[in-house]
Amino acid sequence: VSADQLDVEAYAAQYSGRTRVARLLFIAERCGVEAIQLEALRMAHDEARAREDTVLYLDAVLKINSRLGPRYRHDQAWVDSVNRRAEQRKEKLETELNGYRTNLIKESIRMGYNDIGDFFYAHGHLSEAFKSYIRTRDYCTTSKHIVQMCMHVILVSIELGQFAHVTNYVSKAEQTPDTLDAVIVAKLRAAAGLANLETKKYKLAARKFLETGPELGSNYSEVIAPQDVAVYGALCALASFDRSELKSKVIDNINFRNFLELVPEVRELVNDFYASRYGSCLEHLEKLKPNLLLDIHLREHLGTLYNDIRHKAIIQYTLPFISVDLNTMASAFKSSVSMLEKELAALITENKIQARIDSHNKILYARHADQRNATFQRALQTGNEFERDIKAMLLRANLIKHDFNQKNWPGQRKMNL
Amino acid sequence: MESVEALVAHIQGLSGSADELAQLHGLLKQADGDALRAHSAGLLPFLSHLHPGAHSLGYLYLLDSFVSSSANLRAHAGGDLLVTVADFLTSCSADQIRMAPDKFLNVCRVLKNEVMQLNAPIRGIAPLRAAVRKIQTSSEQLTPLHAEYLMLCLLAKQYKAGLSVLEDDIFEVDQPKDLFLYCYYGAMIYIGLKKFRKALELLHNAVTAPMSSLNAITVEAYKKYVLVSLIQSGQVPSFPKYTSSTAQRNLKNHTQIYVDLSTCYGTGSYSDLETFIQSNAEAFQTDNNFGLVKQVLSSMYKRNIQRLTQTYLTLSLEDIASSVQLNTPKEAEMHVLRMIEDGEIHATINQKDGMVSFNEDPEQYKSSEMVEHIDSSIQRLMALSKKLTSIDQNISCDHAFLMKVQSGRERARFDYDDFDSVPHKYF
Repeated sequence: VSADQLDVEAYAAQYSGRTRVARLLFIAERCGVEAIQLEALRMAHDEARAREDTVLYLDAVLKINSRLGPRYRHDQAWVDSVNRRAEQRKEKLETELNGYRTNLIKESIRMGYNDIGDFFYAHGHLSEAFKSYIRTRDYCTTSKHIVQMCMHVILVSIELGQFAHVTNYVSKAEQTPDTLDAVIVAKLRAAAGLANLETKKYKLAARKFLETGPELGSNYSEVIAPQDVAVYGALCALASFDRSELKSKVIDNINFRNFLELVPEVRELVNDFYASRYGSCLEHLEKLKPNLLLDIHLREHLGTLYNDIRHKAIIQYTLPFISVDLNTMASAFKSSVSMLEKELAALITENKIQARIDSHNKILYARHADQRNATFQRALQTGNEFERDIKAMLLRANLIKHDFNQKNWPGQRKMNL
Repeated sequence: MESVEALVAHIQGLSGSADELAQLHGLLKQADGDALRAHSAGLLPFLSHLHPGAHSLGYLYLLDSFVSSSANLRAHAGGDLLVTVADFLTSCSADQIRMAPDKFLNVCRVLKNEVMQLNAPIRGIAPLRAAVRKIQTSSEQLTPLHAEYLMLCLLAKQYKAGLSVLEDDIFEVDQPKDLFLYCYYGAMIYIGLKKFRKALELLHNAVTAPMSSLNAITVEAYKKYVLVSLIQSGQVPSFPKYTSSTAQRNLKNHTQIYVDLSTCYGTGSYSDLETFIQSNAEAFQTDNNFGLVKQVLSSMYKRNIQRLTQTYLTLSLEDIASSVQLNTPKEAEMHVLRMIEDGEIHATINQKDGMVSFNEDPEQYKSSEMVEHIDSSIQRLMALSKKLTSIDQNISCDHAFLMKVQSGRERARFDYDDFDSVPHKYF
């Protein structure tokens, strides 16, 4: 993966919180170019140290492997002191919480659990954070509290990779009776989109991303950057929407336009696809590919999405024509004729294109089913099946009528099954 | 107890009308048993006094007691006895022999055994075919003779002879064993004639018949069912829901390699299938299914080539060879040629360019033959439909059924209309 165009600092600047470190570590693992790897690791290390997150710090140090000089070596003393301080803080928080619990003041109990949750989250103990946040639910009194709880849970679940919870809590938050702040609505949409993306529901993901309002801005930088919304939304839409949806929901979508402006290449890409400039569209996709492979959420899905987009492009290309010269098509799609022929054969077998290939002259002919013949054929076949089934059924009915039963065979040993 | 001569005289005298026959029947039954048997060795010459057509009942009794003794058979093995019996079977009167069906069946069975012993099954075909027709009360009835007859046809390799019996649809069955054997042998005959669709129908009936315990015939039938389905349609359909639970649960356990074969076939790789068959060749041989298995193998090529006709208009022989996993374009040409001759695909081979052009099915459904075919199908189906309605009406008037519906109505409150008699997909 050649990622020499990736500006690690600029990329990392879009994010905050744990996700920044996590993404940096991800990049370091996958990018394969040592310079960038070290750069990412260095930044991850500094960030982790600043946040006093020992788990991530240790992870970063392990990966650096003493390649960056003495300052980046494993500093056990620091780790121990941070852990000690963390223990102390934890004890303090826990005693406070117990105090609140005996006093039975709902609001303080809720805040106590919240603080503990925050504490655990900051130190990388994600499942405990999750549990603590969930426990605040019993003590929430206003819908604002509920929303706050949901947001926390969503944050932790995303990092834990438990996207079922994300979808769950997004809908819980959206169901609160009060009208929500626009920023929060946007955040929820983005989170829902992310959950759908990770569970491979690309069409739903696209819809959610496209509904995300521009109020999102950089307010959700601990999860997702607005550029990401644009990229994810556009790619999912291209892979799963049909033409009319693409036009109405993406191209004419004023809100989404704000996001697309942030990533002009993606905007070009979408426009090219809609205008049938498939060659240039696919070129843009290829250019973006290395950077996108370093994205923590998109990586596993990139292959499928790219394939879907390519297939959609091919299908759309062949749709208006009765016959297509495979040579022109191959040059439009910038691939060889034989590769294209194989792709077309696969699509035809899956019944996505109604056509046949003239392999000798390298032409694709559209094939429209002859309705009349097909109807005759189907009618005759149904008749045959009817006859066969009814005869078999009459036979069986007769057998049952005679109480057809092997126990009545003369001299037959009964098998007990 | 009268002497045999007196009996013969009675037979000659009382074989006129139905009343006389009834009286004769009574007399014969009386005489039957040890008396006749004791004299059985000497019965043969008396038969010449009787005419098989007019005196069928009497003739039958005498003949039956004669052939029931194996000593007699051994004594006359191979000789005129066979001719006599064959003669009798072809010329006897159907009404008369229906009065003593067991004896008739016995005689036929003896004929069959004799013929098999002499290793000349073909001699038994004509008489047995006549016998089947005579003992059937209607052309829809299955008799034990059907299975015997089909077996002889198979042994004599006279498949066409079996066809005439197989073409009748069977709706009435008295003995379960007959049905299984009939379906099994019938299917084998159709397989021999390469009429796989009809073979599949028979095997399907054998596999889905109601049964409370598994029998060996069904197991063998299922093995062939798997193989023929693979040849015919490339996959084995799952059990329909009217299959008995015994069959559903146990059939697959007894036929494991066939199930494996069908999964292997599903992968579409010729070489995998070939290696699988080779490694299990012995098992297939012992089941006498090796010929069928080889046909399954060659059907894999056909299926793959057919798939190509859906995707391509023209394709070079080399490409065909590579996508179907054949070794050389020459082999591909041979396969395609054979398929064109068999009418399985419509194509033309251009040898100069090494190209094959796939054509559409030229059937336009406009010819007068097609119209006739459609018309006759419609008539047939209407008749079938009428039959179905009449059976339905009979059942709904049946006392036991009404009782059940009544009690069911009190308990579960199902409406009568819920009990469909025709599968839903036709609505």
